[in-house]
Amino acid sequence: MAKPSRPTEGQEIVRLEGARKIYQMGTEQVHALAGVNIEFKKGGFWAIMGPSGSGKSTMMNVLGCLDRLTSGSYYLDGQDVSRLDDDSLSEFRLRYLGFVFQSFNLIPQLTVHRNIELPLYYLGWDAARSAERAKELAEDVGLGDRLNHRPTELSGGQMQRVAVARALANDPQIIFADEPTGNLDSTTGVQIMQLLAKLNEQGKTIIMVTHEPDIAAYAGHRLHMIDGRIDRIESAA
Amino acid sequence: MRQTKIFRNVALGIENLLLHKLRSFLTMLGVVFGVGSVVAMLSVGEGASKEALEQIRKLGSNNIIISSVKSAEEEQAQAKVTRSSMSVYGLTYEDYRRISEGFNHIRQTAPVKLTRKESRLYERAMEMRIVGTTPAWFDLVSREILAGRVLIRNDLDQKAPVVVLTEFGARKILATEAVLGQTVRIGGSQFEIVGIVKSESGLAGNIQIPDQEIDAYIPIEVMRRYFGDVFTRVTSGTMERERVELHQIIVQVDDPKHVEAVAAGIERMVERFHKKKDFVVSVPLALLKQAEATKRTFNIVLGSIAGISLLVGGIGIMNIMLASVTERTREIGIRRAIGAKRRQIISQFLIETVVLSTTGGLIGLGVGTLIPFLITHFSGMLTVMTLNGVLLPLFISMAIGIVFGLYPAMNAAKVDPIIALRHE
Repeated sequence: MAKPSRPTEGQEIVRLEGARKIYQMGTEQVHALAGVNIEFKKGGFWAIMGPSGSGKSTMMNVLGCLDRLTSGSYYLDGQDVSRLDDDSLSEFRLRYLGFVFQSFNLIPQLTVHRNIELPLYYLGWDAARSAERAKELAEDVGLGDRLNHRPTELSGGQMQRVAVARALANDPQIIFADEPTGNLDSTTGVQIMQLLAKLNEQGKTIIMVTHEPDIAAYAGHRLHMIDGRIDRIESAA
Repeated sequence: MRQTKIFRNVALGIENLLLHKLRSFLTMLGVVFGVGSVVAMLSVGEGASKEALEQIRKLGSNNIIISSVKSAEEEQAQAKVTRSSMSVYGLTYEDYRRISEGFNHIRQTAPVKLTRKESRLYERAMEMRIVGTTPAWFDLVSREILAGRVLIRNDLDQKAPVVVLTEFGARKILATEAVLGQTVRIGGSQFEIVGIVKSESGLAGNIQIPDQEIDAYIPIEVMRRYFGDVFTRVTSGTMERERVELHQIIVQVDDPKHVEAVAAGIERMVERFHKKKDFVVSVPLALLKQAEATKRTFNIVLGSIAGISLLVGGIGIMNIMLASVTERTREIGIRRAIGAKRRQIISQFLIETVVLSTTGGLIGLGVGTLIPFLITHFSGMLTVMTLNGVLLPLFISMAIGIVFGLYPAMNAAKVDPIIALRHE
């Protein structure tokens, strides 16, 4: 299996400074992030790894603007987003980020076409333009003939490709992939990873959470977390 | 641009509701019945009160009607003395003069004298009910002229033997427009037919419309001279004789605000000259006010019933929407993760609710329009559809969508995308 070539990484896109996320669980405080400092560059492919409870999901949610830090700072493309309100965070997700989830998270009652154009709907694109874009994206992931199908009529691999197409619709800076192959068999899993690798090659920054070393091997950097801290970082040559 | 966006959102809402056709239909049923009953009740209520007001208006809202009645003692006395007794009661020519001259704010007055006489036109003979009055009558109780003219001052001055038939009376003796100028025999005297007027019939409140079942009008002076003041009625075995000078006096006041005061004044004055209470004063305006008060009460009752049924409908919608929000938690999470703002989630669910309630309102309007139509068709009751009666329930159904949709929509917007995405 030929590993794709790595793009050259550019300037900083993500930076955490003293990032802390503390949850109150009953009387106990859980430090999901216990003071993390890290910097990702544009065009990087990161795999965040670690046992459950290590804080990798929290890390993902914070980086994905779905969650806010208790303290510390988060700079996204040079802007401090750690103090933004809910609306502004939504705006950042809409314009900068794309998401691919383990359980695909397509909206079941919408067709493939409608699922893909969902971000465009919130971006306020008109119907004709977004239909065209959705068709292109579907073709790019090899589902040009499935536009009017509903997610339930598709295989797992096809659903995940729709999810990737949707994540790409707003031409995001960063694609977040949360265990993207977790619900797929190994063959389709490989196909999805190749798709992500290809996107990385085209210059997209990818941040992936996984616990499978095989899958993590696609990433240029593997960030291991334990107890809310960065344990070690492995980078490919 | 903004408009197409709204259309698109509404279209998406409809699409979503169509995914669960039966559920959506059942959900809007409450509003359908609520709005349907509001529309139906409003139009039936409006029709009923319009009918009543119309009747009362026929009497003239500026008018006071003083009628002669047999007093209670007279009634008893007559029961004892059965044969050939004569009862004397009622309003007099003097009363008429005193009323006409004695009050401010009176615009005009008309005396009314009633009698029944055998009448004959060509070969056709019928008993006719005849009113002797003055031209003022036709100003006070306005009736459409079908042919010719009504009584005029000249008829009165010259004591001309002329008659104005009502539509009703004309039909009785088979008169048509062609009879104008012809002579009709009334109680043995010749009268020239000068006009025909439209009849009104029915009751207004409890007052009989003055010209109800009247066949003909002649000048009062003529009636008095030809037929006198004594009225004889022969019933089985008895002969009743009554002497009544005037059966009614109709007074028109210059302004509705003086009606009640003048009526009270007339009552006090006439009482002074009558030993017995042999007259009644009735005021159509008072009835009108009463009818309007009744209508208000009726509307309040209707409004409360309608309000309750709409409330129930609204709660039904809210219930389903709350369930729908729970069911679609994951979808909400996905939309939020993609970048939908809270208010966009709110508007999505709010639009669905408003579409649901407004569609229910439209169907209800259809049902509610059909019901009064059927009522009118089968029972002949007057029903009236007003623009308000249509717009108000529609507006209310829309408002119900907003009011009862807001809470579920806010719930939807509160969904935490992180938790929602894990929701199975």
